[in-house]
Amino acid sequence: MPDWFTLIGVLIIILGFAFKVDVLAVVLVAGLATGLAAGMSVTAILAILGKAFVANRLMTIFLISFPVIAVIERYGLKEQSANLISKIKQASVGKVLALYTLIRWLAAAFSVRLGGHVQFVRPLILPMAQAAGVTKFERPLSDAEDEAIKGLSAASENYGNFYGQNIFPAASGVILIQGALVTAGYQVSLADIATASIPIGVIMLVVVFIQFTLFDRKMKSKVTKA
Amino acid sequence: MIAKLAQMMPQINEFFFTLSGLVSISAGIRGLRNKKAPIGTFVFWTILGLMFIFGNTIIVSFKDTGAAVIGGGLFVLAALTLTKQVQAGEFEVQPLSEREASAKKLKNMIFWPAITLAVVAMGLAQIKLPYTAMVAGVSKTLTFTFSGAAAIGIASLVALLVGVLITKPNGKKIVDDSNRLVMLVGSAALLPQLLGALGSLFTSAGVGTVVSKMISSVIPSNSILIGVIIYVLGMVIFTMIMGNAFAAFSVITLGIGIPFVIAQGGNPAIVGALGMTAGFCGTLLTPMAANFNIVPGAVLETRNKYTIIKAQAPVALILIVAHIVLMLVLAF
Repeated sequence: MPDWFTLIGVLIIILGFAFKVDVLAVVLVAGLATGLAAGMSVTAILAILGKAFVANRLMTIFLISFPVIAVIERYGLKEQSANLISKIKQASVGKVLALYTLIRWLAAAFSVRLGGHVQFVRPLILPMAQAAGVTKFERPLSDAEDEAIKGLSAASENYGNFYGQNIFPAASGVILIQGALVTAGYQVSLADIATASIPIGVIMLVVVFIQFTLFDRKMKSKVTKA
Repeated sequence: MIAKLAQMMPQINEFFFTLSGLVSISAGIRGLRNKKAPIGTFVFWTILGLMFIFGNTIIVSFKDTGAAVIGGGLFVLAALTLTKQVQAGEFEVQPLSEREASAKKLKNMIFWPAITLAVVAMGLAQIKLPYTAMVAGVSKTLTFTFSGAAAIGIASLVALLVGVLITKPNGKKIVDDSNRLVMLVGSAALLPQLLGALGSLFTSAGVGTVVSKMISSVIPSNSILIGVIIYVLGMVIFTMIMGNAFAAFSVITLGIGIPFVIAQGGNPAIVGALGMTAGFCGTLLTPMAANFNIVPGAVLETRNKYTIIKAQAPVALILIVAHIVLMLVLAF
């Protein structure tokens, strides 16, 4: 079989996502097809999948924090976040999220592991952003606005995390970059790579702040129209 | 003392994976009360929980055969979701007035569990303690760190304790709420793990080398502009396929970045740094990065599972252009 046959898995993934077939099934079928195209036996493919699945359990460890979320939400965390943010009259969705992105970015740049969609965004950031939207315009959020705020809240976590982490010289990404370049014969220092990661981080902040400001304006324009 | 703790880390990790597994099994048992698909829902969460608890032991004891059994189990899980046999159950809706009354009573005290969860997890992750141990008969100074599983696990337990002390909750309702959250996230919960497994398979099958060979065979090797554009886009696209910029980096940098950008005089540190963050633009755009884009959607209860990607898309596209410009300006 020609070696480009192994790309069949990539094709299955793209088609599967495009046609919204059940994701778990698509991923496993893509894996099976890729393995078979590369000439592996079914048991070998199953063994690679099983081993990697167990090795990656850390990615699903967040289940362990669900009971905590359950307690605090049942006893009024979101409502209290709303009470708190409603006292800050200048707060807006965009400002709450911009501040979180900035803090998340700085923390990542200093390798402080602050953040997480489960630990931070669901219990703290999203309720504050939602409350800020309600307080600012003194009206309930529309379904579309609520959905958009959820998207932006999750995005603010990713923005800060992604474009901050490599500013820390001992970040795993920086070490990986150095390793690949040194293996290829280019002597580079961790500090040089980390420094080179700063400009795009600053540009990210500017672009994201514009996105959040535009969202605030969009919410405001709906108020004046109504 | 520290040396002993370091030695025990694997068991400590397994302890917390076991607790996670129990959260999953608890949801499975609750699933039996579902109106829709009680059996499928029960089997799904129970198998997942058992894989969490015994997965490592099975692989250690039975090597490849054990791993293949777990791989087979994954196909059982996928068969259940494909046939829509995994459903969220029916739960009693808590009246808003109850939460508002509780918020009024507890005031800012209710933030303590959330703050504990975040601060303890963060604090434990910063800890680095030197200790000496015998490695192959030689005494060496090593550094002890808490694993990610231990940091999140300990933080969750401490936060739960704080939460229980502050709210004195109704235990049954909390278990029910936790089951509801698990079912709400649903099968998306194990997607990141599965995609990680798929990535390992792609690597074993040599998918990356094929892609970079194909791309490098069609691009002219004498234009810096084209080299930079193809490298940045290559990182973006291959990250979108793999769902992981780290996995894409070595392949695309060796295949495209070095021959077509660095070899033409680009500063290696700058090209490498921007190559990686260009990959992160791909991460913002792909459902394959499920842990960043799909699972959080489930956790935040978005209506559309692509809402986060839609929010990130304009920023990612602007940043891709910024990467190309920055690489041309700063690296040359």
